[in-house]
Amino acid sequence: MSFESTLRATEREAYLWSRLWWSGVFSAFIAPVLVLTALGVGLGGLVDSGTGNLDGLGYLAFVTPGLLVGSAVQTAAGNSLWPVMAGHRWVGFHYAQVASPLSAADVYGGQVVWIGVRAVLQATVFVIAGAVLGGIGSWWAIAAVPVAALSAVSFAAGLAAFAATQDSDAAFDVVLRVVIVPLYLFSGTVFPIEQLPAALRLAVSLFPMWHGVELARGATTGSIRFGAAAGHLAVLAAYTGAGWWWGTRAFARRLTS
Amino acid sequence: MAGGTDTMVHARALVKRFDGFTAVDGIDFDVRPGEAFGILGPNGAGKTSAMRMVAATSPVTAGSLRVLGLDPATDGPAIRARLGVVAQDDNLDTDLSVADNLLVYGRYFGLSRSVIRGRIDELLDFAQLSDRRDDRVDPLSGGMKRRLVIARALLNKPELLLLDEPTTGLDPQARHMLWERLWSLKRQGVTLLITTHYMDEAEQLCDRLVVMDDGRIVDEGGPRELIERHCTREVVEARYATPDHQAAVVAQLSRQAVHHEALADRILLYTDDADTVGECLEVGAIAPQSTIVRRSTLEDVFLTLTGRTLEEV
Repeated sequence: MSFESTLRATEREAYLWSRLWWSGVFSAFIAPVLVLTALGVGLGGLVDSGTGNLDGLGYLAFVTPGLLVGSAVQTAAGNSLWPVMAGHRWVGFHYAQVASPLSAADVYGGQVVWIGVRAVLQATVFVIAGAVLGGIGSWWAIAAVPVAALSAVSFAAGLAAFAATQDSDAAFDVVLRVVIVPLYLFSGTVFPIEQLPAALRLAVSLFPMWHGVELARGATTGSIRFGAAAGHLAVLAAYTGAGWWWGTRAFARRLTS
Repeated sequence: MAGGTDTMVHARALVKRFDGFTAVDGIDFDVRPGEAFGILGPNGAGKTSAMRMVAATSPVTAGSLRVLGLDPATDGPAIRARLGVVAQDDNLDTDLSVADNLLVYGRYFGLSRSVIRGRIDELLDFAQLSDRRDDRVDPLSGGMKRRLVIARALLNKPELLLLDEPTTGLDPQARHMLWERLWSLKRQGVTLLITTHYMDEAEQLCDRLVVMDDGRIVDEGGPRELIERHCTREVVEARYATPDHQAAVVAQLSRQAVHHEALADRILLYTDDADTVGECLEVGAIAPQSTIVRRSTLEDVFLTLTGRTLEEV
């Protein structure tokens, strides 16, 4: 595995996307902004006139970083499951790739790196939309883009590995419904986790989504504290690293055993 | 032949095991530059496992293997950079056009876009797909897809082309067209390593071949050489009205020590004088329903070596 050969695998994904990008525009770029408008502006108007405790933030400012990370992770989860199944089962292009100088680890890296690149694009569009709607309070929000992308990759790294171990996509919807959607709802994305019972709060903090949301909120509101930020980053990095470790092995087992 | 730089593939006591199952059980073979080398055997004989080890996409369990003078365990990417691989499944990018499939694949080898674009015209011409260049791959026929995969495998100008069951699933016309393309490569001096369970394919394409069964090599040589070693020049196929009739004739043939094989629906008699044998059968106590005389093939070699046909395994 080398950086250069991993990028060659990434290039296939980029090329395919350049031909088929329009098919993913709505789910990756438009739908998240619609949700932000509905929750942040529509519902947020009601929340702000009530007694919500959002650390002094307006609801739009609170929910923008939550939805930024939540939607990036949700898109990445989809992109790391079905395309990997296509790669080794439905279309088989992963086998074509490992017949070239690329290794199984390069093929895995190519998928995950490309998911990260798409997350950067998606997060950039989302942050701009958030700024236009009035949900961004600091230039630090630029840092929220890589934070959202890293959050996306911290899930994608492990999910792509999982997808390589599967012979059908039967479990993929279950993963989305049982893991990703509940995390999206409860990871401090649309309401503070202080509202949750202690046990659930602990459970949520074990997954990288909440850490990504906290980091992104620190950035978009300008309230970032570097000690806490380092801790959150470490969790995202640990999930990414563990997923990568598993992924290179799962892809090698699937493609070159 | 020693495993020096003059052999493309050099395998000794090569073994592949998966979770306790032995797919390849100690095989020796050499592929020489410029030849078409075949691995003939039924499904499950271990051909694909052997091929994947040569392709440096499957680690060797035991034994030694050199491909283009290199060790697949340590030089996998360097070996794969110099190989062309036509796998059993087409593995094409079905959402992309014919030309884009070649462009994307060429980039895996680190070839520049301008170099690839130059080769695309030439290769589509070779694959007789120039008029489909901008069409999507999905609706192409099986034969066209297979020719595109071969064109794709030639993008990096490989020294050795590996073809795993290249015509399985193709209709007879598409098979002949593909063979014709492979002959043309052979004439250009490309070394071919072909696995197949079609004896006619092995006879048509291969200069030398090994016959594999149950993970082992049961014999090796040129197609004519193998036929002469194990069979007679001609075969008489006789069919009988009932299984009882066939059994009675088989018993008699065994007593007379005539070289024969009894299949479910017919008896094969190996003889150098087919006309006389055919006449003898006709005047015997139990006359056959029909007899035909044909040339011996590699199918007969496999049957003689293993007692089974290539298809019935």
